[in-house]
Amino acid sequence: MAGVVVTLIFAFLWARDVMTPGRATTTGGPEPAGTADAAPIPAHEGGPAMPPADEPVGERMPRNKFLELTTLGLGGVITGLVVGPVLGFAVLPAFTGDELDAVDLGPLDEYPKGEWREATFMSDPAAGEVSRRTAFIRNNGMVDEQPSVTIISNRCVHLGCPVQSGGPRQDEDQETIKTEQAELTVTPIQPANFSCPCHGGAYDTEGNRIAGPPVRALDRYKYSIKGGNLFLLEPYSVGEVKGEGAEAMIKAYGLQGPGEHVDGPSGLLYPIQPQDFG
Amino acid sequence: MAVVPPPSRRRKRRMDQVVGLANIPIDWLEERSGLVGGVKYFLFRKVPSDINWFHTLGSATLTAFLVQAATGVILAMYYSPHPDEAYESIRYITHDVTLGWLVRGMHRWGASVFIILLFLHMARVFLFGAYKYPRELNWIVGVMLLPLAMLEGFTGYLLPWDQTAYWATVVGINLNGTGPIVGPLLAQFLRSGDEIGADSLTRFYALHMLLLPGAIMGLIGLHLYLVIRLGVSSPPWSEEAAGKERTEAPPSGERGLVRPRARGGRPRGE
Repeated sequence: MAGVVVTLIFAFLWARDVMTPGRATTTGGPEPAGTADAAPIPAHEGGPAMPPADEPVGERMPRNKFLELTTLGLGGVITGLVVGPVLGFAVLPAFTGDELDAVDLGPLDEYPKGEWREATFMSDPAAGEVSRRTAFIRNNGMVDEQPSVTIISNRCVHLGCPVQSGGPRQDEDQETIKTEQAELTVTPIQPANFSCPCHGGAYDTEGNRIAGPPVRALDRYKYSIKGGNLFLLEPYSVGEVKGEGAEAMIKAYGLQGPGEHVDGPSGLLYPIQPQDFG
Repeated sequence: MAVVPPPSRRRKRRMDQVVGLANIPIDWLEERSGLVGGVKYFLFRKVPSDINWFHTLGSATLTAFLVQAATGVILAMYYSPHPDEAYESIRYITHDVTLGWLVRGMHRWGASVFIILLFLHMARVFLFGAYKYPRELNWIVGVMLLPLAMLEGFTGYLLPWDQTAYWATVVGINLNGTGPIVGPLLAQFLRSGDEIGADSLTRFYALHMLLLPGAIMGLIGLHLYLVIRLGVSSPPWSEEAAGKERTEAPPSGERGLVRPRARGGRPRGE
């Protein structure tokens, strides 16, 4: 490819060179006639053997200059051809991740009305333990003949540590539910709040910040119900929750990273999200 | 004093032969590369006579880096950057591999030593005013080395893949994520996706043992080149550098880390 380009450029230059009249003009030329018989004069007399050129002599683009530029240009092209894919390979995969499948959280009957459960599951069974996630789930009962469920992510919105429920917890009643995808453990809890061990962020049971450094309310998960089973869909960020349970009014935003404001002037600091490329 | 008898001529000739023989490979190398002269120039170059122990902090930092590089290479022979195996391989290095605890300990504690020496060296250069003309560029190179060294610390911290490592890295990456505008993209790049996983671990491993050390080595080379080219600076109290005549050196017992007592007065204890 590059070879073809170089050949074409050279062919064009050669053709232009051939067709330009008066090409290869050099100073000097044959000695003027009549001087051969003249008596020799000393070197320090007479004019210079070669008159000084008034203007640079030669072509507009001398060959060595052209070759220099061509070499540099070709080197640049080759560097680009190598660096482009390498950088793309290093950077792009992080932004083109596959969408995760919905996670089957088992039958809705496992989540009695008005009670909290802590569900631990693998969001991507193929990736293994590293994809283990925890969500706090409360069945709010039926609203307009549709089940209403609150699913709060345990990822602290300060810097991403795992929040824990503050209150009793019945580890002895922990159940393991096997679904088609994987298995998850469900533990009954009675949270008075959620709190983070890393920097002391604290949230009420709707996920609103009550203390510490978090900048918004806890993230929540969308959900769907198919065949009586509760399915976990993608998470979303929450500015603030007014009301409780089924009557809660949620200010929802697209998922943002921990520590990022979603509303107010500081929310303008994060106009581009990685999800925009997915 | 013992009187050394003059060696016999024969003995001397044999000695010369041995020396000449030993010099053959050195001469061979020197003639073809000039390396021997270069190393001699580096090792025996002139430095101001009133430098002190604080001037060794740069070499100490370099030594700490070389220790990290050497122990890191050995650790890489046993470490496995896979989420299912990383922690086990660290456990294996620490408890099962002969002297593995020692090499890992050197690497782990040496990392802190490296950073501490780096800051002490930087403080020395700053407080002595050694960053001033014509050494500004070397200060800039040093300032570029500092974040690279700290990135080494950040990427290395994840590799043991235990709870501390994981959550510290979660917090560290999310801190980057709070940077305005590019923060979320930077965080996404660092964790190689939406969440920390297998790709994050291998990415940190590659950064930690290939990209960052390579960049650090290149910059250290530039740093040293500038040190040799520009020479070592005198301390700010140097009378020599101030153009005063050098007085008699104090007795060796009076030299030390601290500024020498003003000369000309009566030495202590006399």
